[in-house]
Amino acid sequence: MKSGKFAAWAAMILGVAYFLAPLIATFEFSLRMRRGEYSFDAYRVVLASGNFRDSFFYSTVLAFVTIIVGVLVVVPTAYWVQLRLPRLRGLVEFITLLPLVVPAIVLVFGYIKLYGSSSILPLTATSLGADALLMFGYVGLGLPYMYRSVETALRSIDVRTLTEAAESQGAGIFTILFHIILPNIRSGILSGAFLTFAIVIGEFTFASLLDRPAFGPYLQLIGASKAYEPSALAIIAFALTWACMGLIQLFGSGVRFSVDKP
Amino acid sequence: MTTVATPTTRVPRFPNAAAWIGVAPFFVFAVMFLILPTASLLVGAFQDHDGAFTLSNLARLWQPSILHSYSLSIEVSIASAFFGALIGLALAIAALRGGLPAWVRPTLMTFSGVASNFAGVPLAFAFMATLGRLGFVTILLRGVGVDLYASGFSLFTFTGLTLTYLYFQIPLMVLVIAPAIDGLKTEWSEAADILGAGRLQYWRMIVLPILWPSVLGASLLLFANAFGAIATAYALTGSFLNIVPILLYAQIRGDVLHDPNLGYALAFGMLLITGLSNVAYLYLRARSDRWLK
Repeated sequence: MKSGKFAAWAAMILGVAYFLAPLIATFEFSLRMRRGEYSFDAYRVVLASGNFRDSFFYSTVLAFVTIIVGVLVVVPTAYWVQLRLPRLRGLVEFITLLPLVVPAIVLVFGYIKLYGSSSILPLTATSLGADALLMFGYVGLGLPYMYRSVETALRSIDVRTLTEAAESQGAGIFTILFHIILPNIRSGILSGAFLTFAIVIGEFTFASLLDRPAFGPYLQLIGASKAYEPSALAIIAFALTWACMGLIQLFGSGVRFSVDKP
Repeated sequence: MTTVATPTTRVPRFPNAAAWIGVAPFFVFAVMFLILPTASLLVGAFQDHDGAFTLSNLARLWQPSILHSYSLSIEVSIASAFFGALIGLALAIAALRGGLPAWVRPTLMTFSGVASNFAGVPLAFAFMATLGRLGFVTILLRGVGVDLYASGFSLFTFTGLTLTYLYFQIPLMVLVIAPAIDGLKTEWSEAADILGAGRLQYWRMIVLPILWPSVLGASLLLFANAFGAIATAYALTGSFLNIVPILLYAQIRGDVLHDPNLGYALAFGMLLITGLSNVAYLYLRARSDRWLK
């Protein structure tokens, strides 16, 4: 048993070394912009850049719209599948797994073929249309995670009783969905939302091929042309991902706590 | 499916029509933005310029440059899936069954959640700052007399790309395999002890047979995950390493193959590979779930 514990520690320490080294290295590199001393110049330059702000703002807004549309698509579906259409469960689950099977580059190629400027529905021809197409693509990318979190949250509450109680008080279906169900699965929705945000904010393939001024293509451009700024941006991106996961833990643990209580 | 009559105390107020209207947006979305785009590429792979059926697009995948791309992609995906699965499994076992302090497990799981999502362009930046020519670790190692680049290593090669992919592959493995390791019941270990089995026998004859479908399945998931990835590789190597997604990216951007139908065939090939490995993953997961109930 002693040797097992030693091996466990050894594995963990090697793992920590592999995972921390790039973070330390990137942070150190990002401080090297000023010759001879450490400084936050790279961050200052990045944050002051108009392109950074514009593309980051664009991606943030897009992420919010993606989350709202994703919730509107996923919540009623998961609700009705749970309550009334259980026979659709297999099909719905299969569809929500599709974005994990179809590589993003293949999917976006399909978009360009189907919604290109010479097609019946030329979404890419206008800027707003392309924005919408990108947004729907992102809803797709986030779908596996959004559906799973919402579904798990729905399973942990008594959907049927809540619905019947609300019905007996005369509530309509919109009241039930938005005032009864939604607040009760808030934690699941938030988990899905933060995960979606983490995926969408720096996404490259869709944004680049649909020619949108998003954060991902901006990152790539900076990487190809600058020395220290990319490191600063990588640290910022990593911090953002941490923030999203931290928020999921925060809200997710709230759920577990209330479910575990008898 | 037969519906079992359940005693209902009241007639439901919402007819089934409401339920169908409720799920309609989901299916419209799925058809328009997941199924049709994919299907149209599949159809395009079997069409010529005039829309007539042909197999020539697929046949033309067998040219040296495209075959090279596929084999490079498959090699990178296998290498990163193999090492990712191996190391991820070791880390997960260490954290979950290694007798480490209780805080190790949640820390590892949270970090894995972050790192498995920390892919794409920023990951490439991080590895350039670490193992690039002027990277932190490169310089550190040079200080102790190990010159990575003089000994033939480069971040912008097969090895470098695999090493970079491991940064999201290992955490993904930890996340996927943790439930299977949790499913190993302590009773089995105790029973093995009582019957006089050694530790090694316990691992070889009980843990391994139970875990292997999960491990193999997870490896396939990792394989598909690496096979479809593009942003990291593109930011790291440009089009220096011509893996299939990068070839397809170049084709979409600038029509480098001068033939959109060949592009559809390229996409079809990718879809076939990720599809098959995902199907195999789901099959193996269903198999291993029997033990983990």
